[in-house]
Amino acid sequence: MIDSGKKKTGVFSAGRALITDRTLRTDKWWLQPALTFSVLILFVIYATFRAFENKSYFAEPLISPFYSPCLSTACVEGASHLGTPVGSITIFGLLISPALLILIFPLGFRMTCYYYRKAYYRSFWMSPPACAVAEPHKTYTGETRAPLILQNGHRWFFYAGLVLNVLLTYDAIIAFKNPEGQWGHMSVGTLVLLLNASLLWLYSASCHTCRHTIGGRLKHFSKHPIRYKTWTIVSRLNHYHPNFAWVSLIWVAFTDFYVRQVSSGAITNFYFF
Amino acid sequence: MAKNIKLRIWRGDANTGKLEDVSVEANEGEVVLDVIHRVQATQMGDLAVRWNCKAGKCGSCSMEINGKPRLACMTQVANYADDETITITPLRAFPVIKDLVTDVSFNYKKAMEVESFTPPADLKPGAARMQQIDVERSQEFRKCIECFLCQDTCHVIRDHEENKKSFAGPRFFIRIAELDMHPLDMLKNRKQKAQEEHGLGMCNITKCCTEVCPEHIRITDNAIIPMKERVVDIKYDPVRWLGSKIRKREGIV
Repeated sequence: MIDSGKKKTGVFSAGRALITDRTLRTDKWWLQPALTFSVLILFVIYATFRAFENKSYFAEPLISPFYSPCLSTACVEGASHLGTPVGSITIFGLLISPALLILIFPLGFRMTCYYYRKAYYRSFWMSPPACAVAEPHKTYTGETRAPLILQNGHRWFFYAGLVLNVLLTYDAIIAFKNPEGQWGHMSVGTLVLLLNASLLWLYSASCHTCRHTIGGRLKHFSKHPIRYKTWTIVSRLNHYHPNFAWVSLIWVAFTDFYVRQVSSGAITNFYFF
Repeated sequence: MAKNIKLRIWRGDANTGKLEDVSVEANEGEVVLDVIHRVQATQMGDLAVRWNCKAGKCGSCSMEINGKPRLACMTQVANYADDETITITPLRAFPVIKDLVTDVSFNYKKAMEVESFTPPADLKPGAARMQQIDVERSQEFRKCIECFLCQDTCHVIRDHEENKKSFAGPRFFIRIAELDMHPLDMLKNRKQKAQEEHGLGMCNITKCCTEVCPEHIRITDNAIIPMKERVVDIKYDPVRWLGSKIRKREGIV
């Protein structure tokens, strides 16, 4: 309803059709942002808990994607495939979890992702909550000033994400060992890690920044036939970017959960051979 | 088979107005514009509605139907339940003139602000030869029928009147993208102008423009985001910027 005591803007601006409702949509426009909000908040709660838990992230040869690469001396034995270059970091006497040292990169990649931006601008910030549903904010400057201008740094997180994808693929390959370190074995955990790495590669490869870097920035496709061909493939993947974003997010959480359960002894990692 | 349907149509002008209930006959296969015309012919002789082709190609009959920006000529009455009241209002992002007709001149002003196609100065008429793959991206944007539904649904101006002076809107971002991706367009600062003068940075890519486009142009994925990435190339990527200085090019070969 119009609040006559306030300055009228947006759909209530002077000169526009005098309609008192914020929206006249009759469908369940609130359902999509409500679902998005619920799933993302559940992920944030779980990821925060796991990042601070600082245990049950390694069960030879499986390592949780939340803790890989494990770069701190605080890592459990055998988990640091790249060594421990950062030593151990303490703040106010508290030992920092190794997960906190690396989660900024995947977190930054997803936070600045063009798809997730749509998702959380709608569901968390309600800007707007849905199409043709008036947003509650009095002013709006978009991504033109701090902090949202930092969204333009998406490509740097994309590059960092590629490095992490390589490392998580390495983790999946290592999972073809048995707990004694012998190659040629395969367990449920191997499949879980392989699928995790594959989904993360698909999420990265379908990214808008990837599409731009591969060939989108060109003016003359005909002068760069290989880049054009690659661009067409990435463009096809790009159609499914939202799907890859959700599936890879859920699966990375499940992968961590699986490793946690194995590491804590709650379940046994079944070996096929 | 004919049936009676219930409509709520907004009647009024810039100073006053209200939703008025009306019942009207609708025949099988008819669209919302058909029943509006029947209301006009039988019950509201002075009902103002803008229309032209009735084929979804002129972009004239843009309005909001049950709160969604749509073309009345492309919206089937059968989409709605028999007992449902269909609410029809003018576009809510623009000043209303009368009833369902709005003043969309904002868009024409913005169109004039977009720098025109700038071919090479020495290009002779008829001399240019291009391959299909070099122009197909721009061709998608040429499907635009200028119905301005994308402009209407964009919350940057729909919800913030004050942004109209600094924001061109999705329809003109696809125009800018069309030109910037054109192999023969030589205007060097088009990306910079898109960001600094046409308000590209104000878009927060919530994709409503894409959702309402009757031509199914992938406005956000194929125009706005690529333009945002091109702006990053020249403004927020020091490595690209340095490369362009060393190699004396703008990264647009």
